Amino acid sequence: MGELRAYAALAGAQARSAATYRWSFVTEMLANMGGTVFDALAVLVLFRATPTVGGFSLREAVLIVGLSSAGFALADFSVGNVDRLKTYVRAGTLDAVLVRPLAALPQLLLMDIPLRKALRVVLGFTLLGGAVVINDVAWTPARVLLVVLAPIAAAVFFSSIFVSSASLAFWWVDSGEIGSAFTYGGRDFTAYPITVFGDTFRGLFAYALGFAFVAYQPALALLGRTDPLGLPPWSGFLSPLVAGVAAVLAAVVWRAGIRHYRSTGS
Amino acid sequence: MVPGGASVPTISRIGPFRGSTTTFGALIGSGFRRYATYRQATIAGTFTNTVFGFLRCYVLLAVAASTAGGQPGGYDARQLATYVWVGQGLLSVIGIWGWTELADRIRSGDIAADLLRPVSPLVAYLAADLGRALYAMLTRFGPPLVAGAIFFPLHTPVRWQTVPLFAISAVLAVTICFGCRYLVNATAYWLQDARGPITFWTLCSGVLGGLYFPLRLLPEEFTVALWVATPLPSLLQTPLDVISERDGPALQAGLVALQVVWAVVTLGLAAWVQRRAERRLVVQGG
Amino acid sequence: MIVMRDLRKDFTVRVKAGRLRRHKRTVSAVGGITLGIERGEMVGYIGPNGAGKSTTLKMLTGVLTPSSGEVSVCGLAPVPQRTRLALRIGVVFGQRSQLWWDLPLRESFALLRHVYRVPAAEHEARLRRCRALLDLDEFLDTPVRQLSLGQRMRGELTAALLHGPEVLFLDEPTIGLDVVSKQAVRSFLAELGAGGDVTLVLTTHDLADIERLCRRLVVIDHGRVVHDGTIEALHARYGSRRSLVADLVDPLPEGFALPGAAITATEADRHRVTFALEGATAGAAVAGLVAAVGVRDLSLLEPDIEDVVARLYATPDPSDAP
Repeated sequence: MGELRAYAALAGAQARSAATYRWSFVTEMLANMGGTVFDALAVLVLFRATPTVGGFSLREAVLIVGLSSAGFALADFSVGNVDRLKTYVRAGTLDAVLVRPLAALPQLLLMDIPLRKALRVVLGFTLLGGAVVINDVAWTPARVLLVVLAPIAAAVFFSSIFVSSASLAFWWVDSGEIGSAFTYGGRDFTAYPITVFGDTFRGLFAYALGFAFVAYQPALALLGRTDPLGLPPWSGFLSPLVAGVAAVLAAVVWRAGIRHYRSTGS
Repeated sequence: MVPGGASVPTISRIGPFRGSTTTFGALIGSGFRRYATYRQATIAGTFTNTVFGFLRCYVLLAVAASTAGGQPGGYDARQLATYVWVGQGLLSVIGIWGWTELADRIRSGDIAADLLRPVSPLVAYLAADLGRALYAMLTRFGPPLVAGAIFFPLHTPVRWQTVPLFAISAVLAVTICFGCRYLVNATAYWLQDARGPITFWTLCSGVLGGLYFPLRLLPEEFTVALWVATPLPSLLQTPLDVISERDGPALQAGLVALQVVWAVVTLGLAAWVQRRAERRLVVQGG
Repeated sequence: MIVMRDLRKDFTVRVKAGRLRRHKRTVSAVGGITLGIERGEMVGYIGPNGAGKSTTLKMLTGVLTPSSGEVSVCGLAPVPQRTRLALRIGVVFGQRSQLWWDLPLRESFALLRHVYRVPAAEHEARLRRCRALLDLDEFLDTPVRQLSLGQRMRGELTAALLHGPEVLFLDEPTIGLDVVSKQAVRSFLAELGAGGDVTLVLTTHDLADIERLCRRLVVIDHGRVVHDGTIEALHARYGSRRSLVADLVDPLPEGFALPGAAITATEADRHRVTFALEGATAGAAVAGLVAAVGVRDLSLLEPDIEDVVARLYATPDPSDAP
């Protein structure tokens, strides 16, 4: 309990820090909201030119975008800042974190909690809600459960990607933007029906890395559509499982990273 | 400042033109060498740009495949692929994102040291940025383009003037982008912390610059308005339309001419803002 | 309180060899340190840049895992028991802030109370003491980013002490401070050490810190302990001598000698002369000098610790020998 209070206090301090830069905070928050709006707009723009993309209608595509952006926004809000790890490693901030009586990862996340990204989460879920309404979903108990679990699973999955790609900095401080290829790249990948991608590229992102289970497969399961790529109808319900596996892997990578840092310094 | 310096066509405060160009050249060289030391970051960035190239290219090609006539926004499939892959290379040359140096120096107060130098910060940073762009052109422009050429059929320019026009357009894009970033960073003189404006810039420049999708997919009036009223389409959309030969020769050249206007406007505005900021620093004592 | 037994830390570095090839080379930052520090001791830990001071401190605080050897602080193993240890030690990294950059000091302190789970009354009592001793009141409500370096360091010290640590590690606590702030920090630490229940380990480049604060001095160089003892012992070991500087009425005669003292310098046309006392007491030397020549002024200089340490650093590293 004491630890939870400590974390709460850290989060509160972060909020007060942000409040000292009020204007920057407001513009950043607006910009972040704009980000979600633009993500959705980009899809609308593409559908201006054509009624279907990759065999999916606009409505169906909006459901995919909704799942992807609700999950991503939630993950970005809660752990997205871990991508600053390389800065912390370089500046030695991590040392200061390691001499405090709390676990390292939550401290790092709370050091710079992105309140400005909070509205983005709301928007992401609003988009998802809208997408569920405009699609005629034949509701069954399983689908109700899935529509609740899928965005959470997506968030867990994206969080795992954030943590694993940030951990790269423990071994390679100059890893630069490489993590974005999987975090933001993953978001872009999951925002479209994966039928649009070439075989090899899709195989890598969708199945080897697991991004198919973030939005595409759950969307098919909700819509009751058969997968043109051949996975069975129940594969959409696997998304919490895939997210769980990703989380375990991310935890392993993070621990290995911290151990590596402690044995090599910076 | 040099008394009466305003009437002399100098680009630095030291005086004669020759001296200034040497200084400018040296500053470009320093920018080049500085970024040449970030070799690993260059590799990482190139990898990331290539991944995003695949993402964008597949999506646009899927749109083209299901569009009646196969020409969304007036581009055929090859032109779209060229648009995406040249864009992924050009992205790091113009350097839309990640430049917060000026804002950081203002926030920490180190900017005072820059003001003591005989070269205006605007000129010094512009030169360094041109050096950075040159380095990026040599290292980061090619690899995504090669990857694109291997996996997708690209459009080969048919007009003799396309490649030289593209080169001019790219240099102008670098200059305009620098001017915009300078203005965004300079808000730190008044706001202390420019994170908000920088985020805002990152967002708008990508979408409205034509990175995520060609702006030609938008309603035409809207695209024209963006082009004329903001410098953003001049960052990527113009050079990419030039190289993919989306328009006839006249419009192709006209768009580059519009870039010239924006380059003058953004740099002029940046210089004006810098002067205001300096006066403010002097009056308030930083 | 602190035990290190044959503590080592090796780093693998890649050395450029030619354009593309890289050699792996093992560099030992700390090469086998054995040291015990008792409760209440104040130990100065010094050495040239890169000697392994910070690496040792990082191993003691649980930031770095030792390559081999044993280490225990407050009876705990630093890395596996990091969070438990953190509650019992205080750490100040001179160049790295523990405080919240955008918050006033007062709020940083309140926050640390939660982080370290300190009962409110204890927190209040300790904070009151620090406020009085370090004159914090005038800038307690200023955001940390607006504090001067000296003010910030006083804040850092307070932050490290609010949970009542048994051991305080200070890495360069006076670096970059002005004279007044240095004095404030030193007297505060002296006061703290006088209580006898806080063990203090500090690394520094400023030997005045050591002279003022530490009875015990550990000098390390190239990752090894080259001296462990009092400052006096250091002087005795390296033959540091007091010196006598005399301003003379007439130039010093050629061939002049003073029993038990050697001439180390003559200046100003032999009107000023410096003797190093070797065996002779100061009294005997002065008497001998006054009896022989006309003396206008005299001063007696204590041995300079900077000199001794500089000489110590200059001695070649035995492990570098082929």
